[in-house]
Amino acid sequence: MRTIKIGSALGGLVLTTALVLTGCATDSGGTTGGGDSSAVITVNGSEPQNPLVPTNTNETGGGKILDAIFAGLVYYDAEGAPHNDVAESIETDDSQNYTITLKADQKFSDGTPVTSASFVDAWQYGALLSNEQLSSYFFESIEGFSYDEDSELSGLKIVDDNSFTVKLKQPESDFPLRLGYSAFFPLPEGALDDAAAYGENPIGNGPYMLDGDSAWKHDVSLKVIPNPEYKGDRVAQNGGVDFIFYATQDAAYADLQGGNLDVLDSVPDSAFASFEGEFGDRAINQPAAIFQSFTIPQGLPHFSGEEGELRRAAISMSFDRQQITDVIFEGTRTPATDFTSPVIDGYSDKLDGADVLQYNPDEAVKLWAAADAISPWDGSFQIGYNADGGHQGWVDAITNSVKNTLGIEASGNPYPTFAAFRTDVTDRTITTAFRTGWQADYPALYNFLGPIYATSAGSNDGDYSSSEFDALLKEGAGEPDIDKANAIFQKAQEVLLKDLPAIPMWYSNVSGAYGADVENVKFGWNSVPIYNEITKQ
Amino acid sequence: MLWYILRRVLQVIPVFLGATLLIYFMVFALPGDPIAALGGDRGLNPAVADAIRARYHLDQPFFIQYLYYLQGIFTGDLGTTFSGQKVSDILGRTLPVTFRLAVMAIIIEAIVGILIGLVAGLRKNGVFDTVSLLLSLVLISMPIFVLAFLAQFVFGIKLGWARTTVSGDAPLNELILPAFVLAFFVVANVIRLTRTSVIENLDADFVRTATAKGLSRPRIIRVHVLRNSLIPVVTLIGTDFGLLIVGATVTEGIFNVPGVGNTLFKAIILSEAPTVVSFVTVFVIVYLLSNLLVDVLYAFLDPRIRYGK
Repeated sequence: MRTIKIGSALGGLVLTTALVLTGCATDSGGTTGGGDSSAVITVNGSEPQNPLVPTNTNETGGGKILDAIFAGLVYYDAEGAPHNDVAESIETDDSQNYTITLKADQKFSDGTPVTSASFVDAWQYGALLSNEQLSSYFFESIEGFSYDEDSELSGLKIVDDNSFTVKLKQPESDFPLRLGYSAFFPLPEGALDDAAAYGENPIGNGPYMLDGDSAWKHDVSLKVIPNPEYKGDRVAQNGGVDFIFYATQDAAYADLQGGNLDVLDSVPDSAFASFEGEFGDRAINQPAAIFQSFTIPQGLPHFSGEEGELRRAAISMSFDRQQITDVIFEGTRTPATDFTSPVIDGYSDKLDGADVLQYNPDEAVKLWAAADAISPWDGSFQIGYNADGGHQGWVDAITNSVKNTLGIEASGNPYPTFAAFRTDVTDRTITTAFRTGWQADYPALYNFLGPIYATSAGSNDGDYSSSEFDALLKEGAGEPDIDKANAIFQKAQEVLLKDLPAIPMWYSNVSGAYGADVENVKFGWNSVPIYNEITKQ
Repeated sequence: MLWYILRRVLQVIPVFLGATLLIYFMVFALPGDPIAALGGDRGLNPAVADAIRARYHLDQPFFIQYLYYLQGIFTGDLGTTFSGQKVSDILGRTLPVTFRLAVMAIIIEAIVGILIGLVAGLRKNGVFDTVSLLLSLVLISMPIFVLAFLAQFVFGIKLGWARTTVSGDAPLNELILPAFVLAFFVVANVIRLTRTSVIENLDADFVRTATAKGLSRPRIIRVHVLRNSLIPVVTLIGTDFGLLIVGATVTEGIFNVPGVGNTLFKAIILSEAPTVVSFVTVFVIVYLLSNLLVDVLYAFLDPRIRYGK
């Protein structure tokens, strides 16, 4: 997943998605609708935390730049549906062996051709342990991948310049859906001889390219201009995009108000209450592919077995999600009804057992009493969180509500920094429930379930394990028909709703706004504006 | 005098060593593992995390880490950030911006503060004096972020006189607004000190003598009152310079100035020891040098002051 830059937002996981049509008037007597194809759009960004190498970028600041300057095998439209970009076709009979054919005559912005080696070499580099790539886990399902030692991806075979085959460790029908994520982007020949230098001035094959050698002014901005070599569907409708790096979202918002910024993709907390009134139909506020929950570790006393099931359900029913999202987040969160997100294909708000996510204090008290009959409660219920991420408000609201409903001690358990918090979670030394968030890497239900709740999965921080859930997950992953697969994943979620390894809270919304000079501002499924479609008067 | 300056400069060396050690230890003692945070909520592959830790010597005990850092410094290498940039590059890029901002703020502070203080002192207990007292109280009691947000909102968004934030190259005209904010944050002290000092000197014997000699009032005020009143004020402004370089963080954040404050803040959040230590050490040195400059200026303004061997 991509993490938001910690310093910039002070919001740990305050992110953003949506689509909106524009209806702004022109005041300069210019043409309506068309826009000036040479106008440069200014948008907010943050200094990439790493050199711009696709497999080493796991945060939004660098991620949205990479998405602009690279074209993967597929790209996602505003609804998250994949379309072929560089790929001519991605074929499989068994969801395990894939043959990928590239469109002919694709070029990088420096004129060198995009071949199957551009992909295969980049993936091999990204997966190799000793290259220390932050996104290496994306290749884990390809045959030959190892977390523990340097190991070649033996599942990748170049057939000819325009095609290659991929063999996975097991059938995974949503593999093609992942290929639009930045870790799977191609790299030009020679880029990896000096990855650090390449990352300073990356050459890509996307709709945009860096504006000369000094395009990236560190800590200040990065400017991209249309790439004449790009032949796909995402051709730029403007004269370029200038990513302005802001230290705080408040400064970005002030620039939007002052007319120095065209598009803002995350409104600061301080403007949650006012931005929709101020920007009217130029404000965007709707659910994004970001799921927020708090995890109750399986090893926590009183929270395992039948007793644990009762207590988890009781806690889930003892706070009012709607009220908290309305009051604390001013409607910039949407109460959760499942473990995924409404913007993902296959989402359902009618899962069996989803009523456990409704506020129901009477039932909560009953369940808690039933659990007490098994083993009397002692101690205090706490939720751990990082205090540098703006989480205190909702943690206090939930724990107070739990306290009042169930009549037990409940409170927040703040950690000074995100680093301190993650250290305790990773080392399993945390002895309370703790906040968990997930921003999807690619638009599929599986991405919200497999990495977090499968037995010993990489982000299974609560050490949840259910053979029933694992079996459904595996069945869904191997099902080639996407609708059938989604139905199976929904069943898997119904298992989660019973076991509640994590208590779903809400989906973060994308909350953005744009200036009067720009039109055609749509937000992608991943909360990032679709830059190439924006036009400016 | 030269001997004195040399001795003061030599004093910087132990202070430098002490400061780096202390600050390095403080960053080291920050809770949590910075590498664990790099992966966000997903967490990193443990083998990759270990490799990165080893690259930054984070797997070594504290003193070894510190020695690695010192070794780097003596070979002209201030270390690299987690994103692979050289700390010296970042310093070279951000320090001039903050320096420029601080110098502008000092100039504004000096002109506004001394002028208002002088007039207020000359017309003691008059209307102007009372108003300046009120103004000083308001400025002194206002936190800098209130001042900054207010200025940004009024002059940037509502009136449109200034750019809401500072753009990439931080040109002088865009730095005017943040410089005023910084200056007004500290100007009240200058006003009050100048006023008191002027009032004191107006009653001094040498001023009475000058008046008796028949010198014109403007000349008396310029040469005898003002110059003597400036001695304590210069000390204050000199130490303010260090304060402004260090304290620009809030203002830089609000106006998005690409200076040291912003970078340091980010580095602290990420527990990036080389960046934090190098920056803070530079701050310490700037502070020491600006104090030295003040002491030298002092002798220049007041010939009675002589520094012994």
